[in-house]
Amino acid sequence: MTAELGVLVPLAVLIPLVAAGVTLVVGRRARAQRIVALIALVAVVLVGATLLMGVDAGGSVVVEVGSWQAPFGIVLVVDRLSALMVLISAIVLLAVLVFSIGQGLADGDDETPVSIYYPTYLILTTGVMIAFVAGDLFNLYVGFEVLLVSSYVLITLGGTESRIRAGVTYVVVSLVSSVLFLTAIAMVYGALGTVNLAQIAIRIADIPIDTQIVLHVMLLVAFGIKAAVFPLSFWLPDSYPSAPAPVTAAFAGLLTKIGVYAIIRVETVIFPGEELNPALMVLALLTMVVGALGAVAQADIKRILSFTLVSHIGYMILGVALGTAEGTAAAVYYIAHHIVVQTTLFLAAGLIEREAGSTSISRIGGLLASAPLVALLFFIPALNLGGIPPFSGFIGKLALFQATAAQGDALAYILLGGGALVSLLTLYALVRVWNLAFWRGADEVERGSSRLLKHVNEAPLDTSTISGARTTPFLMTASTAGMVIVSVALTVFAGPLYGVAERAGENLDGPGRYVLSIFPSGTEPNSTDVIEEVLDR
Amino acid sequence: MTLSLTLVIVMAVLFACGIYLMLERSLTRVVLGFLLVGNAANLLIILMAGAQGIAPIVEDPAADADQYTDPLPQALLLTAIVITFAVSAFMLALIYRSWRLANADDLDDDADDLALRTGAQVVPVEETAPDEATTEFLPDPLDPTEAVPGTEVAERTERGETR
Repeated sequence: MTAELGVLVPLAVLIPLVAAGVTLVVGRRARAQRIVALIALVAVVLVGATLLMGVDAGGSVVVEVGSWQAPFGIVLVVDRLSALMVLISAIVLLAVLVFSIGQGLADGDDETPVSIYYPTYLILTTGVMIAFVAGDLFNLYVGFEVLLVSSYVLITLGGTESRIRAGVTYVVVSLVSSVLFLTAIAMVYGALGTVNLAQIAIRIADIPIDTQIVLHVMLLVAFGIKAAVFPLSFWLPDSYPSAPAPVTAAFAGLLTKIGVYAIIRVETVIFPGEELNPALMVLALLTMVVGALGAVAQADIKRILSFTLVSHIGYMILGVALGTAEGTAAAVYYIAHHIVVQTTLFLAAGLIEREAGSTSISRIGGLLASAPLVALLFFIPALNLGGIPPFSGFIGKLALFQATAAQGDALAYILLGGGALVSLLTLYALVRVWNLAFWRGADEVERGSSRLLKHVNEAPLDTSTISGARTTPFLMTASTAGMVIVSVALTVFAGPLYGVAERAGENLDGPGRYVLSIFPSGTEPNSTDVIEEVLDR
Repeated sequence: MTLSLTLVIVMAVLFACGIYLMLERSLTRVVLGFLLVGNAANLLIILMAGAQGIAPIVEDPAADADQYTDPLPQALLLTAIVITFAVSAFMLALIYRSWRLANADDLDDDADDLALRTGAQVVPVEETAPDEATTEFLPDPLDPTEAVPGTEVAERTERGETR
């Protein structure tokens, strides 16, 4: 069973990479490009689903590339966390691709220079997959770089002034984080003589605790920039909203979560100790609160969503910072939920922009009457993100709060209160969008400003014009509706899904099981060092 | 592990100069800073290989494993150099585009920050549709390198499509 699954792991990376090459070759024929991209992503979804089922039933899959034995060769490791992430991101990337095909067809590819968009998007997919299956730090770095470089291209697509301006911020900030990551890898290699995650986990106990903390902090800062953890989140609300709607949706859903994924790996496999957990919890609280307050002060829907994105990263960091199996399980479920819901909301914002010609809630209204389907497609994920029962947002938050309460100290209870407050603030920000953009009559918009708009800030350099309703292509609505259905499915099938998350959490409770999956004897070859966690089991 | 002190000092100086340059407003300096910092990180990787030894190719099976140079940092280094190179190329393109659009490579003050500082609300600029001409790389009539025959731009121009 595991041998056959092993074949699938490189496929998750190779399919989008080869497809990217093919779409470049057929660059002149947009139709062929679309078909290749669609087939590739459907295949990746199938690979992800098979991997998740196989890994959940039969345990982690380890592929030694070129049959070079670990730790001498490169290993690809797919445990439950990786498999779940591969599946969810493949689904999200497919939905966003369908959305952008719909938009491209309708706009005559004004916004998406056709020959570049699909190859870049597929390379982004490749990078995401490399990052999820990487079994060593350097491969993780390569995955990050692949996805970042393609994201640089996507965020500056078309080269308009506002995109270049936002792109420069994004690129420079990402570069700093990449250089920091690379430096951290060099330090880790210098201290431990390896970049293999499992081998690092075995050797880390041998070095002094202060060296450990330096390495730990360097990795956390590098990943914290990518995950947009406060105070390293400043760049996100400025750069994401300026990209084309589908690109923003994919970025918002996926890119920050890959940072969180890397933080989970660092916290569970490399540094399972609790030295930095209180600091991470404080940062989680600040991320939540500052992000939510930012969302409340914005008038532009895309910017509101970007700030809620930052604030909800705080929940995931909270789950990781608890350092328990329950906390990690809740964080894993929350990531799956948040990738889907945040992407859906950004796609819905794309639909709103199309229907109303703007995304500023001070200038649009009456959408409930003019576009009831868009209203529904916005309303369900909005309630979901706000954590209203019975949606998956509620289940994820409930699990997180239970894990936090189990911790039982004062800091945990402060975070519990903060989390509940932030969930209310998120709901407030999104319900205000609902009130103004959907419930408010179109005639009220001209009559003057609502009291709800008293303290909000317009997006800077907002040059969008109310261009009146354009017809929304079927594919755009269909892919958004598909994502809403996926988000509802996360609720309906919460039982089995949370089961997977729980088992993933148990798997990541200390580095023991991760190490055992790569070195079945619990030791490195030619070594007698056995880490204590492995012996404990 | 023995390290060459010269290389350590060079690395530290590269890091310091690079970080200083990256904090500047001018984008060209930011790129130069990135190049320095990237090279400093690469130097750090190669330093982590430890003392130099014989080439890591097994020709004499009797040689002790400790006598070989550690080959892994060199593999990592090559990958890192390629990545740094590609990203710098992209940054240069970005700066060029930014310069073409604004004729300056400085980073503007953020409109939101300015508004916050002066206490004024940002008034949205109404009805200034983005200039379509700036959204595409149109061929520059004075620049012979731009309209290379066979490229997409050249074809569009040939077909007489104007925006």
